[in-house]
Amino acid sequence: MSAGSTQSRVVMDADQIARACARMAHQILEANQGAHDLVLLGIPTRGVPLAHRLATVMDQVEGVRVPVGALDVTMYRDDLRRQPTRAVGRTDLPVEVEGRTVVLVDDVLYSGRTVRAALDALGDLGRPRAVRLAVLVDRGHRELPVHADHVGSYVPTRPGEHVSVRLAELDGINRVTIEPGNGPERGEA
Amino acid sequence: MRHLLSAADLDRDQITEILDLAEEMSLVQGRPVKKLPALRGRTVVNLFFEDSTRTRSSFEIAGKWLSADVINISAKGSSVSKGESLRDTVLTVAAMGVDALVIRHYASGAPWQASRWIDAHVLNAGDGTHEHPTQALLDAFTIRRHLRRSVADQSSFEGKTVAIVGDITHSRVARSNVLLLNTMGAEVILVAPPTLLPSGIDSWPVLVCTDFDQVLARADIVMMLRVQRERMSGGYFPTPREYTIGYGLTRPRLAAMKPGAAICHPGPMNRGLEISADAADAANSLILDQVAAGVSVRMSVLYELLGGAE
Repeated sequence: MSAGSTQSRVVMDADQIARACARMAHQILEANQGAHDLVLLGIPTRGVPLAHRLATVMDQVEGVRVPVGALDVTMYRDDLRRQPTRAVGRTDLPVEVEGRTVVLVDDVLYSGRTVRAALDALGDLGRPRAVRLAVLVDRGHRELPVHADHVGSYVPTRPGEHVSVRLAELDGINRVTIEPGNGPERGEA
Repeated sequence: MRHLLSAADLDRDQITEILDLAEEMSLVQGRPVKKLPALRGRTVVNLFFEDSTRTRSSFEIAGKWLSADVINISAKGSSVSKGESLRDTVLTVAAMGVDALVIRHYASGAPWQASRWIDAHVLNAGDGTHEHPTQALLDAFTIRRHLRRSVADQSSFEGKTVAIVGDITHSRVARSNVLLLNTMGAEVILVAPPTLLPSGIDSWPVLVCTDFDQVLARADIVMMLRVQRERMSGGYFPTPREYTIGYGLTRPRLAAMKPGAAICHPGPMNRGLEISADAADAANSLILDQVAAGVSVRMSVLYELLGGAE
C-alpha cells in the first residue's frame, strides 16, 4: 500500500478551488447561454456556500445576480432508517423553480444517492424546465445512474476513503483532502 | 427520544431542536405538494378516549404530510365502548404492527402506562389533568415566533414573563407549559382564584398570584385557559359572571396589557367567559397562530421519534 492510504493528502488547495469555481460558473453560463432563468440551489451543508461562490463569479462576469438558495434533502434520503434520526437542514427557495433551469450544487459526488434525493425533493417544489448538477469534486464509485454536468475536479479514490471538503465560510480554510477510511462507508453523498 | 409523555422529558437543547425543525416543517404548508416522504411506510394510530378536534386532526395532518399511514380510533364506536380495558385496547392496536400510538385519555398517566406495555412509540396527546406536551411545544413555538417578530433575532425566553390564567387545577395545558417554559428560562406566573389552584403548588417553579390586574402590566404573554365547564360542578366559583369580572381577559384588561404583549389560548374558547371577543380577535392575539403551529410542531415531534433507525 502507498503512503497515501494511511494519511490524509491534499487534492485541492485554496487557489485550485477558486479556479475550479470560476471555471464552473463560466461553463454554467455558457451552457445556459447566459444567466436567464437560472437558479442555483446548494445542497446543505457545503453545497450552499459553493452555490454562493458560483453566483459571485457570475455577477462579476455577466453583471447579474443569479438567485441562490438551499435545498435540503434529508427527508428524501433512502438511508433514513439506517441511522438515528438525522438533523434536517434549511430549504430556502429564493424564487419559484417552476419553468426555470435549476443548477444543483454540492461539494462531493459519490454514490449519487444525494442527487437522487435532491431530484425527488425538487419535484415536490415545482417543475423546473431543466435540472443540472455542479459538484466541486467527483470521486467516482456511483451506485445510481447519475452524472454531473459541471465538475471542479475528478479525484480518484478508494471506496473506503473519505473526501473532506473544507470551505472558509464554514471551516475557516479552503482545502479538499482525502482521508483514509475505516472501511467502506456507502450511501453518503 | 423514544416516547413523548411529559414536557419534563425534554431539555432545552431538545426543545430548541424540535422548534427549529418545526420552522422547517411549517414551510411545507406553502408548497405545491404538501408532502415529505420521511415517514413513508410507518403507521401512526391516533387512539382518542376523549373528544378532540384540533389535536386529533393536527396529529392526523402531521402524520399524513410526512407520508405515514394514519388511523384514527376513538372510544365512541370502538370496542372501548363495549367495555374493553385500556390494556387490551392498547395491546390489540400494537399487535397490528403500528409504529406509534398517539394517546388522548381522560385518566392521568394512561399514555405512560401504555408505553410500558408495548414496543411502539407513545405520544401523550393529553392525559386527564396531567400533561399535554405537544400543546406546550406549539405554545413555545408560537411565543418564540412572536418574540422574534417584536425584536429581530431575539428568540430567547430568558427574562420573559408568561402569565397563565384560569383553572390551573384541572389544566394539563398549564402543567406542561409550566415545565417547558421553566426549562426554557421564562418566568411563569399562575393567576387563578384560590379554589382553582392545586394543592402542592408551592413546589412548582412558578409565582402565584390571585389578582389578575396586578400581573397585566408585567406579562409579555397572557395565556388564557379554558373554563372547563364539564369539570366545573364543584362550586369553584360563584357564577360565570363573577369569574369573568375577576379572571376574564375583558376589554379594560386588554387595554391594560404591557405594550407589545400577546395573547394565547389553547382553545376551544368560551367567548365572553374567560376571554372577551375583543381580546380573542385582537391584533396581538396569537390564537390562530397556535392552531397553525400545531401541525408543524407535531410533524417535528413525529419526525424526531420515527424518522431514524429503530
